[in-house]
Amino acid sequence: MSDSEVRRDGVHGERPGRDALVGQGLGEGGRTARRRGRRRGRRGEQLMVPEAEFTSYYGRPVISRPTWQPRDIAGYFFLGGLAGAGSVLAAGAEVTGRPVMARALKISSLVAVSGSAAALVHDLGRPERFANMLRVFRPTSPMSMGSWLLSGYGPAAGAAALLDVTGRLPRTARAATAGAALLGPAVAAYTAVLAADTAVPAWHDAYRELPFVFTGSAATAACGMALIASPVAENGPAVGGALFGVALETAAAKAMEHRLGMVAEPYRQGRGGRLMRAAQGLSAVGAAGAALAARRSRTAAVLSGAALLAASACTRFGVFHAGVASAEDPKYTVVPQRERLARRAS
Amino acid sequence: MSSLIGRNLLAGPEPDPAGDAGHGPGHPPRMGFFTDTSVCIGCKACEVACKEWNAIPEDGLELTGMSYDNTQGLGADTWRHVAFIEQSKPLGHAVTAADHSDIDVLALAAQGSGTPPAEAAVTPTTPAASAASAAPDAPPAPDAAAVPGPPAPDGRTELRWLMSSDVCKHCTHAACLDVCPTGALFRTEFGTVVVQEDVCNGCGYCVPACPYGVIDQRKDDGRVFKCTMCYDRLGAGQEPACAKACPTDSIQFGPLDELRERAAARVEQLHETGVADARLYGADPEDGVGGDGAFFLLLDDPEVYGLPPDPVVTTRDLPSMWRHAGVAAATLLGGLAAVFAANRMPGGGGR
Repeated sequence: MSDSEVRRDGVHGERPGRDALVGQGLGEGGRTARRRGRRRGRRGEQLMVPEAEFTSYYGRPVISRPTWQPRDIAGYFFLGGLAGAGSVLAAGAEVTGRPVMARALKISSLVAVSGSAAALVHDLGRPERFANMLRVFRPTSPMSMGSWLLSGYGPAAGAAALLDVTGRLPRTARAATAGAALLGPAVAAYTAVLAADTAVPAWHDAYRELPFVFTGSAATAACGMALIASPVAENGPAVGGALFGVALETAAAKAMEHRLGMVAEPYRQGRGGRLMRAAQGLSAVGAAGAALAARRSRTAAVLSGAALLAASACTRFGVFHAGVASAEDPKYTVVPQRERLARRAS
Repeated sequence: MSSLIGRNLLAGPEPDPAGDAGHGPGHPPRMGFFTDTSVCIGCKACEVACKEWNAIPEDGLELTGMSYDNTQGLGADTWRHVAFIEQSKPLGHAVTAADHSDIDVLALAAQGSGTPPAEAAVTPTTPAASAASAAPDAPPAPDAAAVPGPPAPDGRTELRWLMSSDVCKHCTHAACLDVCPTGALFRTEFGTVVVQEDVCNGCGYCVPACPYGVIDQRKDDGRVFKCTMCYDRLGAGQEPACAKACPTDSIQFGPLDELRERAAARVEQLHETGVADARLYGADPEDGVGGDGAFFLLLDDPEVYGLPPDPVVTTRDLPSMWRHAGVAAATLLGGLAAVFAANRMPGGGGR
């Protein structure tokens, strides 16, 4: 029950923050409805406080939050990158006479791509209908393209690993290794399009840089795995690849945050920001450790490799959570669109 | 059906989406909704009719404490949602802060009724015939109220309620349909966008793809659901349940061309009567989604109603996304190849 009452001289004892603070749009001295505190559940009560210059409907998000589970989909981004870049490393190692590294990466790619497929199926609302993914071939759907890509890459990576371990059919094994190495970069890069081809501001607006963040992160992960699994004598390319991956990922992430403007906030704040910072720290530590000690010390190589793998995982989960945060706050949808309209009008 | 070759169907105007989706030349005209929020009274009959007709499950009976809107938004189990907004703003030529300080409300209350039964035009016991004859010349009171009072010195302001029944926009360029990997979402012969529930595998891609946040996943079911514009009723020549139930014709259903004309005339009419902030939303085929199949007449900025001010179908940028991803993949392949070239084994092995 409300304790307020209306008398001749006005309202007494009214509860604050219960009026709908909506009015003019941005730039017209509009008032603001913003959410305060955490949302409790899907349909919790929301309180309003004036804050930034934009209008919304009681602080409710404009677009829907992705229904994807972070562990499944961010985990899939990570595993797909690890598998895809790993197949490239495996082929390179085989060609340059590093058999232990080649075999280790073929196996890790097979395990990773199996895990990523399992994560994708697990995330479906109707997992028993996963085969419907191959019902159509639709270039406008990155998920459809990804399904077809995986159905080509998965068997190639699997054949490459199994034939290497069993030593059978050497010609087929080489073809499978080469096929996986050619499809691998596509597997690592397309997941960026998968995320960008949504209305989620922190993903869509980053579509130019996100593929480079993802392929850089994929190289980081695969080289980390190579450092963990290969003998010290074979570590040269893994060290170089790790430096390349970390440099590509860091440069692309910086460029992305710079261009995104206010939409970059979720990459700096909250859970997304914490994960992105952790990724930066871990990749710096991993790259430094790899460059300085991984060619001499097995322990240093394993530790650097673990740091690089963790850095890649943090990047993927950071991007995922930043996207979710940008979908949940109407600010990131309304303000850039308002600015776009203002630019068009001027 | 005109040729699809060489045409960009990802964005921009597209006069015949049903034809481009493969429906033959004899397909019916594109149907749509025109929701005129200036006459919406917030009764929520559309919400109820939609739930009843489409057998949508109950999805929570909560009081939000934010307004009379306890439905909160569109979702898997809410295909019509009436937004409710209270503003300190006049509507058209509404009188600013009429002065009623000379009215003794306590005396009126003591009288027991605002109008003595003898003077009332209609009472519970009035015979039907006399009520009909008495009703037209009933209101003698407005004479007093018609004279605008002085602006209130105590800062009281005018007030208006905005109500708007939101629904799936059935976009010309529907992101949900573009990104669906199973073909569960399809374009009907009426130009609307519908989910085939026996195909959807609940991948959830359409959910963040929708620029309006319409489609959503039903948690205990796994599949996604949204407005079908009552595809079953359309097929039988009926209008959708919400439009049928709307008591003020705020929700109008019909061929989209006709609705757009009617809407343009209505906006003009409102501007003439002084409602300067009336504007159409989603009616322009040049906008970011190629125009909505369900468009609106709003009385304030779209974001006030929880609508995006400038929605763009995400797949408009997809060709550029694929190009960037291609370059990124080539960078990965080339970069790692260069690393191996720089790290040939000293003892041979390199070819």
